Amino acid sequence: MSKTEHEKKTGGIFEFLFTRHRTATLNAITMVIAIAIALALALILIFAVSSDPGNAIWQFLVAPLASKRAIGNILTTATTISFTGVAVCIMFQASMFNMAAESANFLGALTGAIVAASLKLPPVISIILPLVAGAAVGAIVGSIPGILRAKVNANEMVSSLMLNYVVLYFGLYILKSFFLDKGAGQVATKKLPAASRLANIIKGTGVHSGVLIVVVVIVLIYIFLYKTRAGFGIRIYGQNPSFARYTGVNVDNVILYSQMLGGAIAGLGGSVEIMGMYQRFQWTALPGYGWDGIIVAILARNKPQFVPLAALFIGFLRTGANYMNTYADVPKELITVIQAIMMILVTATALTGRLKQRLAVKEALGNDR
Amino acid sequence: MTGNFFSTMWANIVTIFNIIITSSFLYSVLRLTTPILLATMSALVSDRAGVTNISIEGAMLFAALIGVIGSAYTQSCWLGLLCAILAGMFFSLLLSFFHLKLKTNLVLTCIALNSFSSGLTIFILYMLTGDRGTSTALPSVDMPKVSIPLIRDIPFVGEILSGQNVLTYMTVLVVIAVAILLYKTKLGIYIRAVGESPQAVETAGISANRIRFYALLISGAIAGMGGAFMSMAYISGFTKDMVSGRGFIALAAEAMGHGQPLASTLAALLFGFTDSLANNLQVLGLSNDLARMVPYIITIVALALYTWRSAKPKKVTGSL
Repeated sequence: MSKTEHEKKTGGIFEFLFTRHRTATLNAITMVIAIAIALALALILIFAVSSDPGNAIWQFLVAPLASKRAIGNILTTATTISFTGVAVCIMFQASMFNMAAESANFLGALTGAIVAASLKLPPVISIILPLVAGAAVGAIVGSIPGILRAKVNANEMVSSLMLNYVVLYFGLYILKSFFLDKGAGQVATKKLPAASRLANIIKGTGVHSGVLIVVVVIVLIYIFLYKTRAGFGIRIYGQNPSFARYTGVNVDNVILYSQMLGGAIAGLGGSVEIMGMYQRFQWTALPGYGWDGIIVAILARNKPQFVPLAALFIGFLRTGANYMNTYADVPKELITVIQAIMMILVTATALTGRLKQRLAVKEALGNDR
Repeated sequence: MTGNFFSTMWANIVTIFNIIITSSFLYSVLRLTTPILLATMSALVSDRAGVTNISIEGAMLFAALIGVIGSAYTQSCWLGLLCAILAGMFFSLLLSFFHLKLKTNLVLTCIALNSFSSGLTIFILYMLTGDRGTSTALPSVDMPKVSIPLIRDIPFVGEILSGQNVLTYMTVLVVIAVAILLYKTKLGIYIRAVGESPQAVETAGISANRIRFYALLISGAIAGMGGAFMSMAYISGFTKDMVSGRGFIALAAEAMGHGQPLASTLAALLFGFTDSLANNLQVLGLSNDLARMVPYIITIVALALYTWRSAKPKKVTGSL
């Protein structure tokens, strides 16, 4: 019997959604409410501060979809934050609140740029080596809070937040001391050679082959998490650490490789970003993609398969905010505020608490019949 | 070759030591400890009520901006301080509303509130001044420095203890007030009880959430003072993301002090010391970027050493 026939016989779509998949449905409703409240708040803020709210809202919500170039911007932003989003998914699935995706991404980008710009590499290797180097450095950064947690039980959040500062200043030191292009007129590495740049794949936009890399990464991570023993270890540890321990999962190892893998993907995302979008590395502050990765992971409920969708949505908001910033009088930081509200409300179980209760009562009464 | 290396290192150690024993260095230790100590007390009050407040960073940043705006519009530093304290309490109100009322995940809410604060402060600053980075366009008023009679006349010690910002002296009072609050008042007993065993408090007919709400309000007010110090004493005016991790360093200090006011104060002093040391490392020819890493590295190392020493046989979900 197919699923659709089955659900028709047992009470249709309502029953299907609210009885069989209650948690998923309630989560989805919470998410819709959260996004709606956040967007409503955005509109209120725009009306409060803009002298031409109509134009600002147009730039924010319509302009990102109105031109090929704009849609390309959404795609490239989504690519970048899909990397960090998947990275955070893995880290959080092991129930480690590791915030180092931010600095892993930064140092991965710097390392990728340095490898590409300073070594004379043959073709193909000129693409692969910088990517691998970025991922390797990211893995090191991501694993530090993991090691500290596994070996000395130091809170991973505090250590990773501190680590972000350490890595930023370390990266800037390396850049300024050894790899500065003095002719650039700013703090930047040398230009990346053409052979190390990711190819543009859609003409008239900035979309580069990094989008293909991220799709492959997401598929691989999905398979890893849901089809392999090691991935099972991560998920079981994240859901119930004691149970994982009793079933013989090596907990220290789970913490280590989950954080290392997350860091590697964030670092890879950094090198992809530089090789796809920029001529040289010129960040002098943390770019914030790790934080965007957190909101993406939360919207995707830590499931890699939902990351592209969440990343496209956040990419859309980011692109709209940039248009609004440039062509209207509302600063783009509006989006940071809105993302924060969204992130908080998505975890608000109380939003649908009453609905949940009503459903439970209904079900209990229904069973009595 | 190695002899040369060691003699250089020895010379550097002597240089550092000579800096450390100067009164101006010790003066700056107290100055730099002030915001960390306020943040630590803020963390302490909420943590004793069982809420690990990771959003102190954001509360301080928001308060730093509101303090500057308040003092600029009223032309009174005291009204500015009041605005900052209220801003810190407002931030706690948000955290309480989301975490206690809407039952959101505490860690994620705090992370979100920190980035909320980072975005909102730039948003407000830009709307008011058209500048994204600093508040130089706002004629804000700084908190005054206070020269203490008698103490200022003591050689050496006077140069360290006198002439600090008024907020530094108020911080000492805050530490004492927090100690009295926790150990000598009814509310303090409730706060500690909620932190130890919320069920027991609920059984006694007291709402654990209400006690947590009060603790968070106090925590927010203290964080607000810390924010005011950043923008009205440490630096004159607001700069984006100016709190730069002090709210997180405070969590480490509070954990290292076992949530005890005096021990936490000592831990905060350690971080104030490293902060001050980092500012002075440039004299050894250390690059600015490397020097800026130092306080954060020390925090990680201190946290790791502390938890390593006190690590019980493998906790599953360890606290700080």
